[in-house]
Amino acid sequence: MPMPTYKLLINGKTYPVEADPKMPLLWAIRELAGLTGTKYGCGIAQCGACTVHLNGNPIRSCSIPASAVAGQPITTIEGISPDNSHPVQKAWIAEQVPQCGYCQSGQIMSAVALLKRNPHPTDKDIDLAMQGNVCRCGTYLRIRKAIKSAAQQTTNTLSTIH
Amino acid sequence: MSIRQQSRRGFIRQSGLTGIALTIGAYFPVLGKGTVEIIHTATADSLGINLLAWISIDQSGKVTILNHRSEMGQGSYQVVPQMIAEELEVNLDQVNIQFAPGDQKKYGSQITGGSSTVRGSYKHLLRIGATAREMLIGAAIQQWNVPREECYAENGQVIHRPSGKKLSYGDLVQEAAKATPPKDIPLKARKDYKLVGKSLQRQDTPLKTNGTAIFGLDKKLPGMLYAVVERNPRFIGKVKSFDDAATKAVPGVRQVFKIQRAVFANLQEGVAVVADSLWAALQGRKVLKVEWDDEGFEHLDTDQLFARMREDLNKPGLSDRTAGNFEGAFQTADKKVEAVYELPYESHASMEPLNCIAHVRDNSIEIWGPIQGPDWIQADLSERMGVPMENVSVNMTFLGGGFGRKAFTDYPHEAALISKQIKAPVQVVWTREDDTTQGPFRPGAVYGCKGGLGKNGNIVAFQTRTATQNMNHQSAGVNHNSYNADTLDGLLKPYFESIPNYSFADIPTVSPIPVMWWRSVYASTNGFAYESFMDELAHAAGKDPLDFRRAHLGEDRYQALIDRLEAISGWKSRSKNEGWGVAITECFNSLVGEIVKVSHKPDGKIKIDKVIALMDCGWYVNPDIIRAQVEGSIVMALGAAIKHETHFKDGKAVEKNFDTYNMPRINDIPEIEVHIMDNDEKAGGVGEPGLPPLSPALCNAIFDLTGKRIRKLPFNLDEV
Repeated sequence: MPMPTYKLLINGKTYPVEADPKMPLLWAIRELAGLTGTKYGCGIAQCGACTVHLNGNPIRSCSIPASAVAGQPITTIEGISPDNSHPVQKAWIAEQVPQCGYCQSGQIMSAVALLKRNPHPTDKDIDLAMQGNVCRCGTYLRIRKAIKSAAQQTTNTLSTIH
Repeated sequence: MSIRQQSRRGFIRQSGLTGIALTIGAYFPVLGKGTVEIIHTATADSLGINLLAWISIDQSGKVTILNHRSEMGQGSYQVVPQMIAEELEVNLDQVNIQFAPGDQKKYGSQITGGSSTVRGSYKHLLRIGATAREMLIGAAIQQWNVPREECYAENGQVIHRPSGKKLSYGDLVQEAAKATPPKDIPLKARKDYKLVGKSLQRQDTPLKTNGTAIFGLDKKLPGMLYAVVERNPRFIGKVKSFDDAATKAVPGVRQVFKIQRAVFANLQEGVAVVADSLWAALQGRKVLKVEWDDEGFEHLDTDQLFARMREDLNKPGLSDRTAGNFEGAFQTADKKVEAVYELPYESHASMEPLNCIAHVRDNSIEIWGPIQGPDWIQADLSERMGVPMENVSVNMTFLGGGFGRKAFTDYPHEAALISKQIKAPVQVVWTREDDTTQGPFRPGAVYGCKGGLGKNGNIVAFQTRTATQNMNHQSAGVNHNSYNADTLDGLLKPYFESIPNYSFADIPTVSPIPVMWWRSVYASTNGFAYESFMDELAHAAGKDPLDFRRAHLGEDRYQALIDRLEAISGWKSRSKNEGWGVAITECFNSLVGEIVKVSHKPDGKIKIDKVIALMDCGWYVNPDIIRAQVEGSIVMALGAAIKHETHFKDGKAVEKNFDTYNMPRINDIPEIEVHIMDNDEKAGGVGEPGLPPLSPALCNAIFDLTGKRIRKLPFNLDEV
C-alpha cells in the first residue's frame, strides 16, 4: 500500500513527505523533515515541548496530523532565527533560562507567539499563555523574566525606529 | 568557548592528539588518597593509569577539555571549563569542551549523581590547569633564560614582566610537552580568582535556544532502526505469549520479539517492536497483544503498601545509630510529641523520555544516549554482554533532564540486547507513558517520630523509625539485615551532638516496585519528616522555630546559616497576617535553609507568596548556576508537595502521563529568592540539596498561618 505524499511548508521551505495520514505533525517535522529542535514530551498535548506555529499561532504538533496542515505555513524553533538574534532568544540567553534545555524550544515558541499578539503581557497573560509548557528543571521564574525583558526590548527597538 | 558533541575517534582527531600538543591528566597515585598527581596522557596510557580528567593544548593555542560529567541541566558543561581555565590562565573563548565517552579506565567515576561534579573533583581540575600553566611558563623561561619569578601567565600567554616579552601557549606546547609535569603546584587563593566565583553565562545556552543542542532522541546513526517495547506493567512478571500478526502487518515493522532488561537483580520482560521508522514501531506496538504471567508475586495497591509501612513502624527495625537511652529519657520527658509523616512514590518525569541507541557488533558495543553514568554503563554492559570493557564505548548526548533516573543501566542494556538480536544499530524510544509507569520510582516512605523535651525546652529524646524500600536491597547478594544509614540524609549533623538520647531505625519495605535515586535521594523524603517534626517540637517547647534550631545546632557553620537566614528574610519583623515556615537540611555536604511565606487569598484559600533560600555549598564556581539549581530544586519539591504522586493499583502504576501526573506549571510558582553563603568550607553539592527543605518549610508556614499540621504529601493547597 503506497503512502500518500504531502507538501509541508516549514520555515518557508517545502518538504515533500510520504506518510501515513494519521502521523502527527511532530513526527513528520522530526523524523521526515529532520528538524529535531521540536521535541517529543508527552504525545497528548499536555506539556508543550512540541509547540510550533501554524499560520503564526502556537499549536501542539504532537496532536495534529501532518496531513491536516499540508501546504500551510509552519514555523519551528529553527525558523525563529538560527543565530539567536530574535529578541526572545536574546532574552532567554541574557536571563540564562535553560537548564537541561529540552522543553525550551516549545517555551520559546509559546513566548514568541504571545508577544506577537500581546507585546506587553501582564503576569496573568504570561500565566495563561505559558501554562501549557512544562519545565521539569523549574525554569519558570526565568521564563517570566525573559518574556518581560523581551517585551521591553521590543518596545525599545520600536521607539528607536519611530 | 565552543561546544561539540562527538565520538571518541572524532575527539582524538580534533583535539590534536595526533599532532603536537601538551596533553596532561590527573590521577590518584594511591587509591583513596586525596591528592592527585598529574602526568602526560601518553604515559598514563602506557602505564594503564586511570585518569580522572584531562586537557590538551595544541599549537594554535586552542585548549580542549574533556568533560567527564554529563550535562543534564546542572551546568557541568560550564563549571568544569570555568575551573580549569581559572588556573590555566586562559579565557573561556579559547576553550573547547567535549563530552568524554564512557571509559572507566581513563576517567574513573563519571557518575553524575550525588551532586558530585564540583564537590567530587574540583581540586584535581584546578590542579590540572595549574600544572599545565607551570609547564608552559617553564618552556618560556627556558627559551628566554630568565628566572621564574619574572614571568606570569595571562590570556593564554606567558609574559616576561621586566621586558614585556610574550609567548603564546601555542608557541610553547612543543617544548612544554617534553617536560615532566611538576608536582605540588600551589593553587590560587580565592581572592585572585578571575573566573571562579563569577556568574559567567553558560556556554550551552545558545544551543538550547535555537534547537541545535543534540539530545538522545535527536541522535541518528547511519542505517539505524527504531524500536519501542511493550513492557510488563507489573514490572517483574514474565511474557507468557504474544500475538504479533497485526503488528507485522503494519508497513515498516520488521521484527517482533521478546526482550529483557536488567533492573537490579530482576530481568524485566517485554516485547520489542522493531521498525524502519519510529512511527511504524509505535503503530505496530498499538496492535500488539501480549499475555503476561504475573503469578507468584504481589499485585499491590497504594493503600495496602502504605498500610504495610504504617504497620511496620511498630517493629523495632534495623539500627546502629543510637545514643543514651531513648526510651528512658522519653518516658521521663517534660513534654512528649509524636507524629507520623507520609510521602508518596514519585516518577522522575524528565522532559526527555528515556531513549538509547545501541550498535552491537561481533565483539563490540557502541552506545549513544542521554546518560548520567557512562562508566557504569560501560562496566555493566561489558559484564552482561561478555564484551571486553575497552570494546564498549558509551557516548553522551545532552540529557533532557535526569534527576537520578538516567544514571541507571537498564535502558542501554535493553537497547544493546535488541541491537544484538537484529544485528543493526537501533534507537529504543520510551514513550511518556513508558517513562512514567515503568519506574524505578522515588520510593514512598512513612516516618514515625517521637520526641521528648526537657524543662528548658530542649530535646532530650528523639526517635525516628523509617519505613521505606531500601534501594540497595534490589541487588543480588546484599545483606538485608543491615541498617540503611541513608535514612538519616537531610538531618543536620549537630543534632547528633546536642540530643543526648536518640534512636534511629529503618524497617525496609518489601514490594515488587522498582525504586531508584530521585533528586536528593532519601533526603527528598527524610527532610520532610525531620524538619516538620523539629517545627512540632519547637511549637511544643513554646520556642521560635529559628531560635529552637539555634539552640540545638552549636557549630559555627550552622549558627552562621541561621543568622543569615534570619537577616535576609526579616524573620523578626514578620507581619501577623502571614504564615512563615523554616526548614534547614543537609545533603551532599551542603546546607540549605529555606523560608516559605504563605497568606490567605480573599477567598480564604492559601497562596504561597515567597520562598527565600540560603545555600551553603562551601567553595563554589558559578553563583548564577547555583541560583538556577536551587530555583529548580524548589520547583521540583513544590511539585512533589502539592501537585503529583504515583499511585499503584493491582500492581501497576496508575498515573501514565502529564494529564494525571500533574507537573508544576508557571502559574504554580511563587517568587523565589536565592542567597549563597561565602565561607571557606569545602565544595558541597549544588544540584540537589535545595530540594529537601521546601516541603517542610511550606507545611510549617501553613501551620504558622492556620494551626493546621500537614503530615502527608502531596496535599491540595486549595483544600487546606
